[in-house]
Amino acid sequence: MENGRFGIHGGRYIPETLMNAVIELEKAYNHYKNDPGFDRELTYLFNEYANRPSRLYYAQKLTSALGGAKIYLKREDLNHTGSHKINNVLGQALLAKKMGKTRLIAETGAGQHGVAAATAAALMNMECVVFMGEEDTKRQALNVYRMKLLGAEVIPVTSGTATLKDAVSEAMREWTSRIDDTHYCLGSVMGPHPFPTIVRDFQAVISREIKSQILEKEGKLPDAVIACVGGGSNAMGSFYHFIEDKKVRLIGCEAAGRGIDTFETAATVNTGRLGIFHGMKSYFCQDKYGQIAPVYSVSAGLDYPGIGPEHAYLHDIGRAEYVPVNDGEAVEAFEFLSKTEGIIPAIESAHAVAYAIKLAPTMDKGKIIVITLSGRGDKDCAAIARYRGDDIYE
Amino acid sequence: MRLLHDTEGMIFMSNIRKAFENGKTFIPFVTCGDPDLETTGKIVREAVKKGAGLIELGIPFSDPTAEGPVIQGANIRALAGGVTTDKIFDFVRELRKDIVIPLVFMTYANVVFSYGSEKFISTCAEIEIDGIILPDLPFEEKKEFQPICRKYGVDLISLIAPTSNERIAMIAREAEGFLYIVSSLGVTGTRSEITTDLASIVKVVRENTDIPCAIGFGISAPEQARKMAAVSDGVIVGSAIIKLIEKYGKDSAEVVGEYVKKMKEAVTE
Repeated sequence: MENGRFGIHGGRYIPETLMNAVIELEKAYNHYKNDPGFDRELTYLFNEYANRPSRLYYAQKLTSALGGAKIYLKREDLNHTGSHKINNVLGQALLAKKMGKTRLIAETGAGQHGVAAATAAALMNMECVVFMGEEDTKRQALNVYRMKLLGAEVIPVTSGTATLKDAVSEAMREWTSRIDDTHYCLGSVMGPHPFPTIVRDFQAVISREIKSQILEKEGKLPDAVIACVGGGSNAMGSFYHFIEDKKVRLIGCEAAGRGIDTFETAATVNTGRLGIFHGMKSYFCQDKYGQIAPVYSVSAGLDYPGIGPEHAYLHDIGRAEYVPVNDGEAVEAFEFLSKTEGIIPAIESAHAVAYAIKLAPTMDKGKIIVITLSGRGDKDCAAIARYRGDDIYE
Repeated sequence: MRLLHDTEGMIFMSNIRKAFENGKTFIPFVTCGDPDLETTGKIVREAVKKGAGLIELGIPFSDPTAEGPVIQGANIRALAGGVTTDKIFDFVRELRKDIVIPLVFMTYANVVFSYGSEKFISTCAEIEIDGIILPDLPFEEKKEFQPICRKYGVDLISLIAPTSNERIAMIAREAEGFLYIVSSLGVTGTRSEITTDLASIVKVVRENTDIPCAIGFGISAPEQARKMAAVSDGVIVGSAIIKLIEKYGKDSAEVVGEYVKKMKEAVTE
């Protein structure tokens, strides 16, 4: 795969200043991914530190409430730090450490990736700087505190729309000014090659586990795997080992915000078009002149105008479906899962739950759906309360 | 003069070369439409009058990842003022009625790609834009636009960075128009000191090509410009000019002109 292409997507559209850094990263990754010692260390961290393997839980009450397909929840919300982000971060931090880097920089939207990066940095004695849109530092003040508690420096980004895309831009700018000792720990399956591949591989543990767990519990593969998609890391991790199993439907749930017929949306595949941004060719929300559109979602973690290049490719070849889920549907699913199963999902993950709520009743009882619960929803309680008109403080 | 062979085997000469024929060149950068296109026009004409050898015209982009805060600000102001790629094409068409020095666009890959690469580049040729600089298009991704640039005779300018090391020769061998040498790590913006060993970079370039080299990023003072010109063929200044435009707004043409004059003198000394 030349320069990390997925069909026409991907590539490495970055300043020359960063080219040797990403080439060096690619070489290091290609070496360590086949290194049994690296694999042992990472597996140890996954299992002993991050609490893997995560549970594949049969949601019996949800299943009977919906009266259709049998629903399993992949519990990434039970990982250390509360989301799937830890998988990628432990992998990248370990890789960076092997490369002799002493400093991690990261972008964050809702703060889940920032917290995970700060956690890995604390564990591995690395310096950590997290870029976070100023808007998001206000929306997610608790996560800012968590990152600082873990020893990271949090830099509020005021450029552009002061949200996730600007945090990515600012982290890239920082990386061009300091490369020698610094690794950019990108949080999703996006950006220039080799990031989409590296992040996918570290997140692929999700689908590897789902596959063996479901075979053990049901003796067959699921009929559908459903995950939410912003940049797309938990979805890519959930889909990866099922791509060759053509009978398994792969469904990515995009944040439609106030609806795909409005401008207040972040549903990239459904409303965007092909472009080149943040180091990759993929689909982006943009205007006719290629100016990147300000996007909106109730979920800060899905509030991104692009999608990872491998998702764009899976969409092109029709292997995965990308469906829009709006704010209202996600909030209802957030509440519904809390009441039926006693599990508060992250508002991001609630987008996947929302689609399953629509899909399950249309399927036979013998069918199986797996929903990846990418994170836990504690962080979202204040925001959802506000969405419902109840002004509580964190 | 260097000859270029395009995909159809036709031969044409790079107009950009002209900017480097009369000694060291000073290259100002302006963002089109900051604060409005009328002012940009006045600034360009004044800069030409005061000795600019080539002008880099920025087409604003919503998320300019290679720019520091100063040029980011110019991009935001220009877009807020309603400037678009089409308006900039019309503006250049008008400019070309009296401006004959080489002009290049500096923008981001998505601005070209999203417009339709062929439509964008053929329009550049039609309005006599001589080259395009895309800071997010490294050597490995040149094929995205290069065949089309060749077809229409528009130079796709390559950049070399302080981290390029063993990549310098490869980039230089295929370079067109002029080589943009990035003086320092990081994004655009004025710096008090430039520590990169630029003479060594230029030496490797010279071993591989005879096209001119201009140094940009971080340069603001005449003294810096003098030093940079001593080891290259020209000096590019963006942020220091944008700061003047930010300060003087619609009345900035004259002060920018004075600045260009001062810098042109510094590079020619």
